[in-house]
Amino acid sequence: MSEIDSLRASMTTDFDSRNMDWYIDKIVQFLVFIAGISAIVFIIGIFAFITLEGFGFLLEDFSFREFFLSPFWEPSDEDAPEYGILALVAGTASVTGLAMIVAIPFSLGAAIFIGEFATGKLRESLKVLVELLAAIPSVVWGFIGLSIMNPLIIDLFDVPVGLNVLNAGIILGLMAAPIMTSIAEDALKAVPDRYREAAEALGATRWQVIYKTVLPAAKNGLLGAVLLGMGRGFGETMAVLMATGHAVNIPDSLFDPVRALTATIAAELGETAVGAPHYQALFTIGIFLFIITFLINLTADLIVRGIRKG
Amino acid sequence: MKRIFFVAISLAATTLFYTLTVNAADRTIIQNKGSDTLVNVAQAWAEAYRDVDANVAVAVSGGGSGTGIAAMINGTVDIANASRKMKSKEVKMAKGKGQNPIEHVVGYDALAVFIHNNNPANSLSYEQLKSIFGRGGKATKWSDIGLSVPGCKSDEIVVVSRQNNAGTYAYFKKAVLGKKGKFRQGTLDMHGSKDVVDLVEKTPCAIGYSGLAYATDHIKMVCIADQTGGECVNPSVETASDRSYPIARPLFMYTNGEPRGAIKTYLDWVKSDTGQCILLKKGYAPNRDVSCG
Repeated sequence: MSEIDSLRASMTTDFDSRNMDWYIDKIVQFLVFIAGISAIVFIIGIFAFITLEGFGFLLEDFSFREFFLSPFWEPSDEDAPEYGILALVAGTASVTGLAMIVAIPFSLGAAIFIGEFATGKLRESLKVLVELLAAIPSVVWGFIGLSIMNPLIIDLFDVPVGLNVLNAGIILGLMAAPIMTSIAEDALKAVPDRYREAAEALGATRWQVIYKTVLPAAKNGLLGAVLLGMGRGFGETMAVLMATGHAVNIPDSLFDPVRALTATIAAELGETAVGAPHYQALFTIGIFLFIITFLINLTADLIVRGIRKG
Repeated sequence: MKRIFFVAISLAATTLFYTLTVNAADRTIIQNKGSDTLVNVAQAWAEAYRDVDANVAVAVSGGGSGTGIAAMINGTVDIANASRKMKSKEVKMAKGKGQNPIEHVVGYDALAVFIHNNNPANSLSYEQLKSIFGRGGKATKWSDIGLSVPGCKSDEIVVVSRQNNAGTYAYFKKAVLGKKGKFRQGTLDMHGSKDVVDLVEKTPCAIGYSGLAYATDHIKMVCIADQTGGECVNPSVETASDRSYPIARPLFMYTNGEPRGAIKTYLDWVKSDTGQCILLKKGYAPNRDVSCG
């Protein structure tokens, strides 16, 4: 037997025999598998939980017409409780809509500057700062809305109360902008350099390169960034609870106080008896929110994936 | 650095030791939770009770009448504080879960209607309150009830209310808007009585309601009249006690079944002269005539 053969023999026995290393390997493999599928388990578990909790309401007190088309939310009334979420949906939609109007120019501009113009240290520090901005807790944003924006809006626009669509929209826009900026910047980076080189070779100026070549090529990724920012806005709770004024109301101007779906759950859930219709109605709102954000994120993901493949 | 570490360790050790010895001394803990209106009084009671019986600790937390009642239904609390009666549905739900809530009146509270100091209104009638707070009410501007408020340029009435689980919300609705009445759309629903007072204090256009005990010098209380232009009654501990002020409500403590042992002793003490004088000092009306020294 040559030396190589003996070595090979010892190696195969080492690999085959179920020693310590073999077990460690299996255990690690199992743990990594669990961690890998945990996201799926959690999401199914959460959905099952909120559906179960809200199910009683869906079967008994729920009426599709009232729930989605009535603006009256008065679930604690003893004789005639009302479960209409139209005004709450209008509140969430108006605040999120304004937030997008605020956030899109900011984040697209920032992404274009960081991705296409800034270089070296400036670029790196800007990226770090944008990520830091995304890490500010939402309650701090709410505090800014409550104590800085509120008196500012009262002074500037001469309105009685500064907690309204405008306040919450701006706060939410500033909150969504950092996330949108970093995803949009990724999308711009994903555009191959040869596109830019080709455009420059044809004599395009720097702005023309971005405007005519890079932006159209990154279109899907940018759309995905906007949608993810919107999902963030839809699900945000603490900041909107503090900045909207928390009034059940269909707004007809920027200065009307409103109430968001998420804020309603946050403010009322702790004070309902487990299993009461009010409790279940709040969980039904939870199901509705879950489905909406799930759809927004799914669309965003599909769009972003689309550009990576193409 | 080392020294800080040492101090932290010894602190932790003493705390642990303290907890262990105290637990060893068989201390009874009474969980007391609920109404934000009652929370200040409940805390004062708990503190004073420490001197009465050192072996009983009362742990008080707020969160609103709804929170306390929910905790009673779920069986996680010994005494629930509430500024409203338990609804028949809630009692039924509690019985279904094996609890038997018993009601104790521990005092009375006048609900004051608050306006900004600039507001010239002195008295408001029930009818006017209804048209301001109620759904379908005609008064959306201060000029609708014949007032002009300095500093409120838009003339719009900013109605400040409470979140719909608050006992204060439920009582005000029933007392002012009637049994079938509902609040108008677009009220600013604050999370606590203090938030209502703070907002009204800063907003010339605003009107809100809260327990009398939350009144400050920076805010005005409205005198309540039966008829517009008629005689009115100012909210105070006295007018709440003699029932002449119309928007005064009983304050409740709920126990699971007839109270026994430490809980009974505590409740009896709360209803005694000593307990009721503490309540009076906090700005609420006692449940009977007491003379406090």
